[in-house]
Amino acid sequence: MLTTKRALTFGAGALASALALAACSSGNVSTDSGSAGGGGGGNVTLNVATVNNGQMKDMEKLKSEYEKANPGTTVNFQVMEEGDLRAAVTADVASGAGQYDIVTIGAYETPQWGANGWLVDLTPDLQSDSAYDVDDLLPPVRDVNTYDGKLFAVPFYGESSILMYNKEVLDKAGVTLGDTPTWQQVAEAAKKVNSADMAGICMRGKPGWGDLFAPLTTVVQAFGGNWYDEQWNATVDTPEWKQAVTFYKTMLDESGEKDPVSYSFNECLTALKEGKAAMWADASVAASMLEADDSPVKGKMGYAHMPVEKTQQSGWLWSWNLAIPSSTKQKDAALKFVKWATSKDYIKLVGQQIGWSNVPPGSRTSTYEIPEYKEAAAAYAPITLDVMSSVNPKQPGVNPQPWVGIQYVSIPEFQDVGNQCAQLVADYLAGRSSVDDALAKCQSLAQAAGDKHKS
Amino acid sequence: MTVTELDTVEAETATEPRRVNKKELRTARGLLLPAVIFLILLTQVPFVVTIVYSLLRWNLLYPNDRGFTGLSNYASALTSGDLWPSVLATVLITAFSVILSVALGMIFAILLDRPFRGRAIARTLMITPFLVMPAAASLIWKYSMFDTNIGILNWLSRTLGLPVVSWSTEHPMLSVVIVLTWQFTPFMMLILLAGLQGQDKGILEAAQVDGAGTWRTFTWITLPHLRMYVEIGVLLGSVIILQVFDPIAILTKGTGGTKTLAYLLYERAFIGLDVGQAAAYGVVTVILTIIVATVALRTLFKVFMAGGSR
Repeated sequence: MLTTKRALTFGAGALASALALAACSSGNVSTDSGSAGGGGGGNVTLNVATVNNGQMKDMEKLKSEYEKANPGTTVNFQVMEEGDLRAAVTADVASGAGQYDIVTIGAYETPQWGANGWLVDLTPDLQSDSAYDVDDLLPPVRDVNTYDGKLFAVPFYGESSILMYNKEVLDKAGVTLGDTPTWQQVAEAAKKVNSADMAGICMRGKPGWGDLFAPLTTVVQAFGGNWYDEQWNATVDTPEWKQAVTFYKTMLDESGEKDPVSYSFNECLTALKEGKAAMWADASVAASMLEADDSPVKGKMGYAHMPVEKTQQSGWLWSWNLAIPSSTKQKDAALKFVKWATSKDYIKLVGQQIGWSNVPPGSRTSTYEIPEYKEAAAAYAPITLDVMSSVNPKQPGVNPQPWVGIQYVSIPEFQDVGNQCAQLVADYLAGRSSVDDALAKCQSLAQAAGDKHKS
Repeated sequence: MTVTELDTVEAETATEPRRVNKKELRTARGLLLPAVIFLILLTQVPFVVTIVYSLLRWNLLYPNDRGFTGLSNYASALTSGDLWPSVLATVLITAFSVILSVALGMIFAILLDRPFRGRAIARTLMITPFLVMPAAASLIWKYSMFDTNIGILNWLSRTLGLPVVSWSTEHPMLSVVIVLTWQFTPFMMLILLAGLQGQDKGILEAAQVDGAGTWRTFTWITLPHLRMYVEIGVLLGSVIILQVFDPIAILTKGTGGTKTLAYLLYERAFIGLDVGQAAAYGVVTVILTIIVATVALRTLFKVFMAGGSR
């Protein structure tokens, strides 16, 4: 066991010395606190690994409130870039090294890690606590964090995707969009408002499973396609995929931003704010940034459900969640902190201390009943709640699928498959390869991954 | 052949056994030992560990499925079809960037070699790109230069009535080469400038007296004199640019034939999370680099030698 651990530490070192350094330093911290906790009782240090999003940084700011309420407890935050977090936390949790007591993981990881036995099952503890009110968590978000009937992580905040458009520009061109437009209508509208100075629509084109393929997977599902059928046969070479991917390219060519490979969430956000793009279909959390006080388009935006084609809803579902690795030595203290950070009181605390528009959205139904929040987020809160409670992560596409989740496939190989396919599709978007060629290669990559999950 | 003999003879006289005190030698070796051990620990041990990893079936996503797998990681690395395009991308990007930055570096070095007002300021400004961190340089280019909405290059082409160019999408390799050239031109310039300033002014004057024009003086006297400096610049530049990662990760994400070996390795290790396969790619990269370093660079320098002794 010792040699395995040592080998793994070495492995981390070979992958990135920085990562290994982090492992050493925080490893020391946990041993210290472990012995202190065993000796005197009361003094506990919790190590939290989290992602560098605004809401998580707010949590770090508010940790002193928790430490004040729980004397003897110290909470250490390690805030990382999404990619680094995924690599560091996966290496730590998979090897059982136990340097983190609480980890922030995406909805993509929760069911897989739960199935591997890497996470503590939170169901009994949360259900027995009536003040926590586990049923208040939004049902679709709970679904994606549940595996085999057990809740392995609790949502800190969640998001779906919506269509955002500059109402002034669309009105001027005489274009109106319904509550749930179709992709064809959106493409038509984009074409009408497209001009030399302003792109009709901005869509992610940066190659990456979490960049280009986040919206593209939902477009594919809207057109009736999906990554796999119920038996884990890859279905990327189907006419539905070809139709969806061709549609995406045609829309970008006719009225999209000029340089799609450089564009993802942040670039599109800037384009919309600067008036360089009229429409944008992306994460619902973007609405709060477009409506922020420093945004030039504040109050000029309109919002609609993600465009559909053959399905009823095509918004995606993503949540950042807090989970407790089974390797932690301080399960009870960790659980207490997780409960605090995802409680109704925490949401009110953020509202009072930091600002009501900074409240972590999309985790609890009750958030949307708080009067102050309703007022601060009047432009986008109702549609966010509406979309988030109407998506169906169990079957987002036309046909049933063997995993729970939208916008991703919850198998370990998906990051790799999605990433390589995104590069192939990006080459097609740039006109360097044909759609058939790109999808055929992607099909064989997806099939190789799917074969490992056939039972 | 004669050259080698001469070398050995000289070497023998230098370390004549009678003149070297054995005790002194032992002390010298003893003093060197810590550094040697440190060097071996730092460079050779990780390499051996990498070789061991490359023989293991080890994907971080499947922690319970680990074991010895023989050469299958190498087989998959060599047959997956990712390796050779990646080698090609690495060679092309390195070659273009090095050639362009040497050429531009030469021009700037010659300009800066002349005395003029504010030369010190000009020289400092010229060096700055090399002092910018690679990731920061790539970000500057991505947003301030290449961007289709707010980039300077596209502002220029719009002002001149030319079509807007989407750099990263349409010309991925050119974009990467431009960024690298921008970064490494000052480096080449510095080396060549040192060479130019080390030139004997008397010889140049003599050439002038003999009636040689500027161009002839440059091609027949200055260029042969700079040969050694160009060689050093090319060697150091190639070694650094071979491992290039930042502009690819920031500008193109490996699309359009820009997936260099360094980026491919990163993808296998941090996105595929396949430690065994990534290690195998690493070992293959090292072997290829050694071959390139020994064969290609030696031929390259022979060409230079022949040109110089003409």
